[in-house]
Amino acid sequence: MAHISASVFTSHVPAIGAALDLGKLAEPYWQPVFAGYDFSKQWMKDNKPDVIFLVYNDHATAFSLEMIPTFAIGCADEFRPADEGWGPRPVPMVKGHPDLASHIAQSVIQDDFDLTIVNKMDVDHGLTVPLSLMCGQPQEWPCPVIPFAVNVVQYPVPSGRRCYNLGKAIRKAVESYDQPLNVHIWGTGGMSHQLQGPRAGLINREWDNAFLDRLIADPEGQAGVPHIDYVREAGSEGIELVMWLIARGAMSDNPPKVRHRFYHVPASNTAVGHLILENT
Amino acid sequence: MSLDKPYLDVPGTTIFDAEQSRRGYHLNQFCMSLMKAANRERFKANERAYLDEWLMTEEQKQAVLARDLNWCISLGGNIYFLAKIGATDGKSFQQMAGSMTGMNEDEYRNMMIGGGRSAEGNRYVGEDGDAQAYRQPQGAAGRATPSAAGRVSQTEGKH
Repeated sequence: MAHISASVFTSHVPAIGAALDLGKLAEPYWQPVFAGYDFSKQWMKDNKPDVIFLVYNDHATAFSLEMIPTFAIGCADEFRPADEGWGPRPVPMVKGHPDLASHIAQSVIQDDFDLTIVNKMDVDHGLTVPLSLMCGQPQEWPCPVIPFAVNVVQYPVPSGRRCYNLGKAIRKAVESYDQPLNVHIWGTGGMSHQLQGPRAGLINREWDNAFLDRLIADPEGQAGVPHIDYVREAGSEGIELVMWLIARGAMSDNPPKVRHRFYHVPASNTAVGHLILENT
Repeated sequence: MSLDKPYLDVPGTTIFDAEQSRRGYHLNQFCMSLMKAANRERFKANERAYLDEWLMTEEQKQAVLARDLNWCISLGGNIYFLAKIGATDGKSFQQMAGSMTGMNEDEYRNMMIGGGRSAEGNRYVGEDGDAQAYRQPQGAAGRATPSAAGRVSQTEGKH
């Protein structure tokens, strides 16, 4: 049977992708950001998954205001890196895992989470920047990826509680898949940032680190935190952090092993946070 | 029955909810059209004519022509959509975000390198943080005209 062995959490700042693509890794501004992922790249090589279930949000790329699915699962064979207005990122095509994705869709929908099934979709920096941070700049990504897009652009976005419970349903779905696959689940976005209005540039180092502590040790408690706390404390775009609860909910009920923890300010407008948790 | 909107008292912040989304639908869909290179070219060639192809209000068009992102947001724009205008203009996300504070590019960048804007005084309208309406615009622009109250202070709270 398939199983989830680990979860990865990381910000997905677009400027990080641009810095990588333009060869700015060694610049003093960016060096500390990428240094925080040196361990992670090695860990990925040492713990190569068969499939990555990647929770992210689309930033008005694949989904305009014509359709706004709250939870969308990518079931296609492959997903193109999107042109977000600056041209597509020069990164490999993302290969999907349609079999496992469809299996998860069926199981999770039967568990009362009404997913939108997407069979054609371009993927933006929300998905490709985490892959770049964890895998570097390979000719192709190390394994198939199931994109899972969450609406965090138009309010109301799903609650932390719903995200956490959805994660549990995804765990159950993966564990009922009849192939011996090693699956990683990634939660991306955040940490504190606000991209709009006179309050743009808000960063809350203390709150972010308390979130990391609680995500590790008390995810159940963190799941009860209402949206308004994220907005007030971590900025209007800091709400992306609810997506981390999906990945955390998919982990086992035992306390996880913390393999890596990193926090840095700033990357462009944003605080960068990163965790690797292994199931025990 | 009115909806619960606990986020209306966060200073310098407009939450893109269903109501804002409805108000800004055509503005945001215009922005979305700039994802295509051919549309970017047509827009750049004649901005006014391109905008007139959309069912936007005149004020929304003026806000786009002025590249006043706070004004666009007050009319229903969302930053992820408005970013397509910035991309068309060759602006980074940091330049776009900074433009909404009144700070110049260096001032905003330095604020971020210094750890970003503090949440202190910026959690609720009526506190004394730098994002409060009475302290706009920020940076050198604000010091030059200490009593200047930008468009944001006029629209804040109307949402």
